[in-house]
Amino acid sequence: MSARMSLKSDVLVIGGGIAGCATALQLARRGWKVTLLERDQAGVRASGVNFGGVRQNGRDLRELPIAMRARAMWDELPSLIGFDGEFRATGNLRLVSDEDRAVQLDNFFTAATKQGLGLVWLERAELRARYPWLSGKPLRGVLCPNDGHANPRLVGPAFAFAAQESGATIIEHAEITEGWYANATFQLRALDNRTFAAPVLVNCAGAWAGKIAGWFDEPVTLVPEIPQVQVTEPLPYRIEPVLGFVGGDFYLRQTLRGNILFGSGQGRATADALRSQPLPESMKRGAQIAIDFIPDLAHVPIIRTWTGVDGDTSDGVCVVGPSETHPGLFHAFGFNGHGFLLGPAVGAVVTELILDGGTSTDISGLAIDRFRPRRKASAAPARAQHPDEETEASAEENGAQSTDHCPVGVDQHKQAADSQDAAERDQDR
Amino acid sequence: MARSSARILIIGAGPAGLRAAEMLAEAGCSPTLIDEAPRIGGQIYRQPPRVPGFTRTAAELYGAAAERARDLFVTFDRIRNRIDYRPSSLVYDLIDNRVIVASEGKSEEVPFDALILATGAMDRIVPAPGWTLPGVYTVGAAQIALKHQGATIGKRVAFVGIGPLMFLAAHQYAKAGVAPVAVVVPSRFRSFAAAGLRLLQMPREFSLGLHWLLDLKRRGVPILFGHRLAQVLGEETVTGITVRRRGAERAIVCDAVAIGYGLQSETQLADLTGIRFAFDPARRQWLPESDPLGRATGRKDVYLAGDGAGMLGADAAEARGRLAAHALMTDLDISHVTYRPKADLETIARATQLQASLRAAFDLPADFFAAVSDETILCRCEQVPAGELRAIAGLMGAREMNRAKSYSRIGMGRCQGRMCGHAAAEILADKLGVSLDSVGRLRGQPPIKPVSVGTVAERKA
Repeated sequence: MSARMSLKSDVLVIGGGIAGCATALQLARRGWKVTLLERDQAGVRASGVNFGGVRQNGRDLRELPIAMRARAMWDELPSLIGFDGEFRATGNLRLVSDEDRAVQLDNFFTAATKQGLGLVWLERAELRARYPWLSGKPLRGVLCPNDGHANPRLVGPAFAFAAQESGATIIEHAEITEGWYANATFQLRALDNRTFAAPVLVNCAGAWAGKIAGWFDEPVTLVPEIPQVQVTEPLPYRIEPVLGFVGGDFYLRQTLRGNILFGSGQGRATADALRSQPLPESMKRGAQIAIDFIPDLAHVPIIRTWTGVDGDTSDGVCVVGPSETHPGLFHAFGFNGHGFLLGPAVGAVVTELILDGGTSTDISGLAIDRFRPRRKASAAPARAQHPDEETEASAEENGAQSTDHCPVGVDQHKQAADSQDAAERDQDR
Repeated sequence: MARSSARILIIGAGPAGLRAAEMLAEAGCSPTLIDEAPRIGGQIYRQPPRVPGFTRTAAELYGAAAERARDLFVTFDRIRNRIDYRPSSLVYDLIDNRVIVASEGKSEEVPFDALILATGAMDRIVPAPGWTLPGVYTVGAAQIALKHQGATIGKRVAFVGIGPLMFLAAHQYAKAGVAPVAVVVPSRFRSFAAAGLRLLQMPREFSLGLHWLLDLKRRGVPILFGHRLAQVLGEETVTGITVRRRGAERAIVCDAVAIGYGLQSETQLADLTGIRFAFDPARRQWLPESDPLGRATGRKDVYLAGDGAGMLGADAAEARGRLAAHALMTDLDISHVTYRPKADLETIARATQLQASLRAAFDLPADFFAAVSDETILCRCEQVPAGELRAIAGLMGAREMNRAKSYSRIGMGRCQGRMCGHAAAEILADKLGVSLDSVGRLRGQPPIKPVSVGTVAERKA
C-alpha cells in the first residue's frame, strides 16, 4: 500500500521540523505532491521546543542573506500558516562584557550593516538608560530592533498543520532506516519496512541528517547540541529584547506571558539522542549568569526546565542547497541551534531550487561541499560568533518518546566528531 | 566499597521514611533523612510549630491515631543522633545517584548509593467553576491548617469530595468547634452503604468511619450524598457554593470550601530516577513500579515506600518503610536484626483490601469529568479552562498529555500539573473516548517544585 502511495509523490521530505514542513508547504502550494516522513511527531523536536529567538543579530555572515529573507517572512506568517506564531519584533540585544569580545561585536556590526541589516550600537551608559534592569557588567551592545521572538511550542506544529492543509501528506512515526538511489529514483525504507520512492528527496532530518547525507555519499558529521533552558514564573513584561552574550554562552528572554527563559550550557542526551535531560550544573551556571546580568532575578522562582537535541556542524553554519553527488537531492540541516528563524525561508529557497532550478537568495556559503573530507580543514573557516540564541531542542517536554531501536546514531557522529573536530570547535567557542 | 559505609538517602520523614530510618539506624547505618517540613511526621502526623505556649496533645492533634503518632515521635527521638536529619529541605532535582537540595536559600548536592523514596501523597482535585477563589482549599490543606497552626480555613466551611480523609477532616473541624455547613459527596449513598457494609470485616476501620459519620450527623451536619459541586460562589472570596443533584441546584452559604477527591501519590522524584512506571487502573494513576518489598523496577539502588508508591494509608506506610529498609540492607549485605516481613506484608494486604472497599464506597459518577464545563478553569497556574483542552484534543498528535500540554499550556505553570494533571488526563481521555492510560502522563522535569534563581545559583560549601 505504501509503495503505491509513494509512487504518487513527486517529492519526499525527511523530517517534520519547520524546515521540512515549510518545504512541504511551499511545494504543495505550487501543486506538487509531497510526502513528508517524520520519525516522531511533526514539529515536536527542535522546531517545537526551542528558545524561540528570531534573530539575525550575530549571525555568521554566510547565513545572513537567508536569515534576512526569513525575517521578512515572519511578518507574513498569518498568510503562511494562519496565525502570527506570537511573533513580536521586540529586538535582539547582543552584549559584551570584555574588550576582546567587543572586537567580535564591532566586526559583526560593520559587516552586517554593509549587508543592509539595521543595527544600533549602544555604549554602557545608553544600555543602563534603556534597560535599567541590566547590571553594570555589559560594556556595550548591539541591538537589532527588528529581531524578536515567537512561540515555538505553537509555531512548530503549525507549520506541519499548514503543510497538511495545503495538501502535503505527512506520515508520522515513520523512521527511515535506509535510503538509496536507483533508476533516477530515491528509495527509502522505514523501520516497519514501508518503502517510499520519488525522483526528488529533501533531507531536513535535523540531528540525524548527516547520516542520511552519508547514504548518498556526502556524509556530514553533526555533533549533538543539547541546550538546556530554565523557565521562571511569569512576571510583568519588562524585558523586551531577547538577550545574548557574545562568547558568553548565555541567552535570556521574557515571553509575552511573562515567563523569563534563560539558559547556559548543555543538558545531556541518550546515546541515540532521542531523549535528553537537564543537568544540575547547567541549571546552576545559568542561574549564576542570569543574576550576574539581571540581579533582581535572584528572587524569582524557576518553575521548569527543558532540554533538547539539535545537530551542530563543525563550522557552526547550516547546510542548505543541492547535493553534490545526486541530482534531485537537496539538503537543509545542521542549524546549530539557531534554525528557528530560518525555517520559513528554508522552505522557500529549497522549493525554488527544486522547481526553478535556482534561488535569488545567496546560499553560496551554505553548500554541502565544504564538508568534503579532504577539503575539510581549509573549507571550514572559524565562525564569527557562537550561535547562542535560538537553541533548538527536541521535544522532551512535548511528547517525544524514546524508542529502543534507533539506527541513526548521533553518538557515532559524536565519536567521529570528537576525534576530528574537537580542536577547531573549541577554538570557535 | 564497605557495605556498611553505603550512603543511604531517605526522602520524606512521614511514617514510611521514619520507619525506614529507624530500621537502618538500628542496624548501625546512618542514613540521611531529608524532609521538606520543619518537623517530622509527614502530612498525616504533621506537628505544630515550636512556639512557646502553642502545644496540643497528640490526642487532640491526631485523635484515634495518637498512639501511632506518639510512637513515631519517640522512635525518632531515639534515633535522632544516629542519622543525618535535614528538615526544611526541598529535594528539587535528582539525576543519576545524586539529589540537589534547597535549604536556607542555598543548594547542596547530596550523593547516594541507595535511595528510599517516601514522598507521600496529596489531594486529588476536580475543578468546578470558582474553585480558584480565595477561601477554597484542598481537604489536606484544611486539615493541615488545623493540625499545624490550630486554625480553620473559615468559620462556615463546606467539605466537598470523597474519601475517608474528607470525613475525618470534617469530623475534626466539628470537634474544633467549626461544624461544617455541609459535606457534599458525589458518590451515591447506595454504593457507599453497600461497600461500607463490606468493611464490617475490618471492625476497627468500620467503627472509626461510622463514628465520624454519626458524630457529624449528631451535630446536625448535612451529609449530601449524590450531590455534585456546581459552583463556588463569590467575587473576592468564597460566599457560598451551589450543589446539584439530578439537575436541581441549591445554594449553601459558606465562607470557605475544602475540596478533595481522595489522594494521589507524589511521584515527581520517582520520575526523575528513571525507574519504570505502570498504570494502576484501580487508582487511575501512573505509579512507579516495585516488587512487594519496594525494590523499584529499572534501578537497583532505588526503593519505594509509603503512599508515594500508591495510596495505602499511614499504617501500611510504616510497614512499607520497614520493608524497603529490609530489602535495601539485604541487597547491600548489611546485617540487621532478624526481621520477618510477614506481619508487615499482612498489614499491606489488609490496607490494599481496605482501599479497594473505599474506592467502591466512593464511586464517582461515570460522567463526572465530562460534566466539568468548558468555562471551568482547569489549570489554575496558567488559567486554562477545560474547554481549551477539549478544543485541542486529538489535534496534531494531542492524544497524549505532553502534546496536550504543549498546545494548551495545561500543567505548564508553577505546579507542573501536580494539581491539575489528573483531572486534565481524565478530561482528555473522556473527550477522546479512550482509556485513561492511553493518554499517558506528564513527564517530570526539575525543579519538581519552584526554587528561586538565587537558591539554584548559591551552592553550600
